[in-house]
Amino acid sequence: MKQIVVISGKGGTGKTVMSGCFAVLARNAVLADVDVDASNLHLLLRPEIQERHIFRSGLKARIDTKKCTACGICLPFCRFNALSEDKEGKAVVESLSCEGCGLCYHICPEKAIEMETQVAGEWYISRTKYGPFVHARLGIAEENSGKLVTEVRKKARQLAETEGRNLVIMDGAPGIGCPVIASLTGTDLALIVTEPTPSGRHDMERIVGVARHFKIRTACCINKFDLNLENAEEIERWCLEESIPVAGKIPFDAAIPESVVHGVPYVEYTSNSSADDIRRMWSALLELIA
Amino acid sequence: MIISVASGKGGTGKTTVAVNLALALQPGHPVQFLDCDVEEPNAHFFLKPRIEKSREVLTPIPEIDDSLCVYCGRCAEVCAYNALAVVKCAVLVFSELCHGCGACTLLCPEKAIRETGKRIGVIESGRAGDIRFVHGRLDIGQAMSPPLIRALKKEMDPSRIVVIDAPPGTRCPVIESLKHSEFCLLVTEPTPFGLHDLELAAGAAKEMKIPCGIVINRASLGGGDGEIRSFCAREGIPVLMAIPFDRKIAEAYSRGQTMLEVYQDYRTEFLGLFDDIKRLLP
Repeated sequence: MKQIVVISGKGGTGKTVMSGCFAVLARNAVLADVDVDASNLHLLLRPEIQERHIFRSGLKARIDTKKCTACGICLPFCRFNALSEDKEGKAVVESLSCEGCGLCYHICPEKAIEMETQVAGEWYISRTKYGPFVHARLGIAEENSGKLVTEVRKKARQLAETEGRNLVIMDGAPGIGCPVIASLTGTDLALIVTEPTPSGRHDMERIVGVARHFKIRTACCINKFDLNLENAEEIERWCLEESIPVAGKIPFDAAIPESVVHGVPYVEYTSNSSADDIRRMWSALLELIA
Repeated sequence: MIISVASGKGGTGKTTVAVNLALALQPGHPVQFLDCDVEEPNAHFFLKPRIEKSREVLTPIPEIDDSLCVYCGRCAEVCAYNALAVVKCAVLVFSELCHGCGACTLLCPEKAIRETGKRIGVIESGRAGDIRFVHGRLDIGQAMSPPLIRALKKEMDPSRIVVIDAPPGTRCPVIESLKHSEFCLLVTEPTPFGLHDLELAAGAAKEMKIPCGIVINRASLGGGDGEIRSFCAREGIPVLMAIPFDRKIAEAYSRGQTMLEVYQDYRTEFLGLFDDIKRLLP
């Protein structure tokens, strides 16, 4: 079984639009949305949720105000500035700042601090007309997105095995931090969707660096390439120098946001020439992982 | 005054709005610009600052003194992140999992742990005209950006109007960037993706009790901005600005140019946006 992840570094370059198209074009794949922080692929695949699971992860400190004697011992030790005093000098946890390290819990002489497991989100197994789909929703301001990504990926792989599917297609997150790293490790190919802008180029170079760090093979898609032909050519040249195959070049097309408004993957919404370009890119990707 | 610019969805135009707002306030207002998107900092392409200072940011990680360690296992037991493991006669430190909380060091009964610094990135600061500019750059392969964002925000100069360019999403780096903001501008676009992620970002701002306002970018694309406006009306969040889609703006962006360089008229609009923000501050 092979795994492809679609990432970009910079946000808004078209990861989800491409992933939605690949879901249509792949014949025997499991689909997964590993952008658990701001997931969007479900808006194109229109899943029917079959299973719903709670994702528990991470701890947060809670003060038992009856036991707290306002000694103040814990206050200076918190490195995340999550502890402050109330009017009586008792400790108060600012839960958005608490990273759950438990230092305060261990040093409190009154045993007045409890560490509580958090419900950090949910993950789902769904059916779509394109195949099974694993996705998730991380609670607002929750940590541990990397762990949730790992959970979603594990489930997607299991599904692929039990249903005899040979491919997992993952829609990834922007950035280069922990959820992106969690979505990259062990994949067969990372498709990097970029755009011909200084930000697109710079962010692609950084994410290629991360992929190399984890020894993951990359390919590139230059989306909206005709917004700046000179920059697009430069990106192509750079990819050539770095031995990164350019799997596709897709023009800027106002019909793409329209297809998103209709909640339909672009290659299903229309069969114009940019949809053809996406089809050709998919064939190129299949050759790369064959 | 601290104004942050966030979005939920990536690529909606946070950097564009933040940069043009900062530029529109020139001359006349003292501005400091903080690019908190340390995973992918981009504002420098448009503000083109002269970098004057650069410093490494280190986070504390444990170092075990083998001559004192008795392999009792207490450090591994207290570490909430599984960053330490004790085997027969060695302590393994997995630095990429360490949050630098200091629990192992403080709670080691033998005082066998001290902290050393591990580099996670750099902070660079300088000037773009009269704008004071600071951004951070997370090192490739580092997973955790919040400590770098915390270090970056220590450079904040509240005597100036601070404009913060936040990362996309709603998870910990965004929360870290938004903390202590007096106002949050949420930039969105008129697609179901934009709206879905706007709802998440507005939820985060609400949870943090930061008043916010909306900028609709590429307002004429997709299905138009009707649905976003009705969401805002329902939630009582004011729409402060709508920027129509204009290929000329997109092309200018691709050349590293700002909106103000293409359309001088937007200066008045961004100044109006700033006045609206001031009026909405509690």
